[in-house]
Amino acid sequence: MLRVSNVEVVYNDVIQVLRGVSLTAEQGRITALLGANGAGKTTLLRALSGLLDIHDGKVTKGEIRLGEQAIHTWNAPKIVSAGLGQVLEGRRVFAEFTVEENLRIGGHTRRGGLSESIDEIYELFPVLAERRRRTAGYLSGGEQQMLAMGRALVAHPEVILLDEPSLGLAPRMVQQVKDLVVRVNQERGTTVLLVEQNAMMALSIASHGYVMEQGKIVMDDEAQNLLNNEDIRDFYLGRGELSTSYRNLKHYKRRKRWLS
Amino acid sequence: MTTFAQAILSGTAQGAIYALLALGFVIIYKATHVISFAQPALMVCGGLFSYHFSAVLGWPFWPSLFIAILLGAALGMVIERLALRPMVGKPVFTLAIITIGVDVVLRVLANRYIGADSRALRYPGGGERYELLGLALSHRQVTIIAVTVITVVSLALFFRYAKAGLAVRATALDQETALAQGVRVGAMFALAWAIAGGLAAIAGTFIATGSGGIEQDTWIIALKALPAIIIGGLDSLQGAVIGGLLVGIVEQVTAVYQAAYLPFLGANFSLVAPYALMLLVLLIRPYGLFGTKEVERV
Repeated sequence: MLRVSNVEVVYNDVIQVLRGVSLTAEQGRITALLGANGAGKTTLLRALSGLLDIHDGKVTKGEIRLGEQAIHTWNAPKIVSAGLGQVLEGRRVFAEFTVEENLRIGGHTRRGGLSESIDEIYELFPVLAERRRRTAGYLSGGEQQMLAMGRALVAHPEVILLDEPSLGLAPRMVQQVKDLVVRVNQERGTTVLLVEQNAMMALSIASHGYVMEQGKIVMDDEAQNLLNNEDIRDFYLGRGELSTSYRNLKHYKRRKRWLS
Repeated sequence: MTTFAQAILSGTAQGAIYALLALGFVIIYKATHVISFAQPALMVCGGLFSYHFSAVLGWPFWPSLFIAILLGAALGMVIERLALRPMVGKPVFTLAIITIGVDVVLRVLANRYIGADSRALRYPGGGERYELLGLALSHRQVTIIAVTVITVVSLALFFRYAKAGLAVRATALDQETALAQGVRVGAMFALAWAIAGGLAAIAGTFIATGSGGIEQDTWIIALKALPAIIIGGLDSLQGAVIGGLLVGIVEQVTAVYQAAYLPFLGANFSLVAPYALMLLVLLIRPYGLFGTKEVERV
């Protein structure tokens, strides 16, 4: 279980990006985190996985717990060893490595049993097994996404953070990635924190959802309730028309209800 | 014809030393994106380590070389930890300038040790020569080539199959992603410096066994590695090896023929020849013969 309480993050000592974020990714569940560009989703993930450092950011307040351990002061390698894996936004496979080398580096923190874990990944993603000697940079976008997920899974993380796995993929691939996330969650029991712009995809597989705006969690509910929520439908799912007609309202009144 | 083949053969032996130095440059560059100008000092120090153990303390040659490699590696790690690690994230230009400072400091210390005389290491194989088809190679030259081949092959295997080797390459490609896989990036920088220090120590040791030994200005030899890495491509290991060999060969061939065929270029043109080759390569392939253009899916 991953528990974030009241976390604040500041970049370059002055730019505050997270303003007291709390959320919980329940053990063995998929938790969705939605939000527009610049809401602070990626920053939150960086705080979780210890990557703030290289972006000159710091957790200035609050606490992050992985199971019983407080991890917000740890560095990235230590967090990975403790069982938190991350798939970075934009896949970030090592383009000049072969598929197999990418998976091997994913198991960097493992002691022994590396080839068995890699075989498990090949079972989960058979297409990677076919391409194991290929240069990763030449794989298709969907295959690269699978490789990035596989790479994070080689280390057998307890919790995995997925940063926009549907980014830049065709609708059909999005469907496939979605099924894979569900499979990973169910077959391996991995706790998933899924950050997405594609709210429909994320909420349809998550059990719980959080909505982030301007560095805060503004809404948090069962995924099913969020899917039916009028505001979410208006602003994230885009059903074409707004739930209430705003035609006769002044534009400044047309705000999200949770901000008032 | 024999003269030409002989020049190439001797050039290869000399080039092997350049190749070892060039490999050090390239490994540090790949891992940290810094061109380390501390390599000349590392080379001189490595040579002096061997000299001290072998000539002063009276150890046999090979154990001295082994200890010198370890000490050279340790020295590389200390430089990285003390001078460069605190500056991680600063512009690479700043870091390169720091390495110049480190180089000067170490060379001053080394020159204190060297003093006025040349410090020559006695090569254990003696002056024996091997002859084949009218070509001659000294025992020392054969050893240099053999040691270089063994070193290069083991490095290649290390980067391909070893966990740490893979991690160094991953760090070179994308530090943030490497971190996200649990790679301790700082340790990989240190490892790169250690390898470069060890390679420089091998090169320094063999230079110390040469006719001139190690003198106050022997460090200039290490600068030959610069045209080597630019010819081969800054980020290519095989490029460094081939660049190093080419520099050695071009130097030797020019030394043999230039006086007879192009006398107007004056004496010692062979020292300039590698740089002329470098200019030529830069004009035709600015990223070097083996410098990789990034792999991109179109």
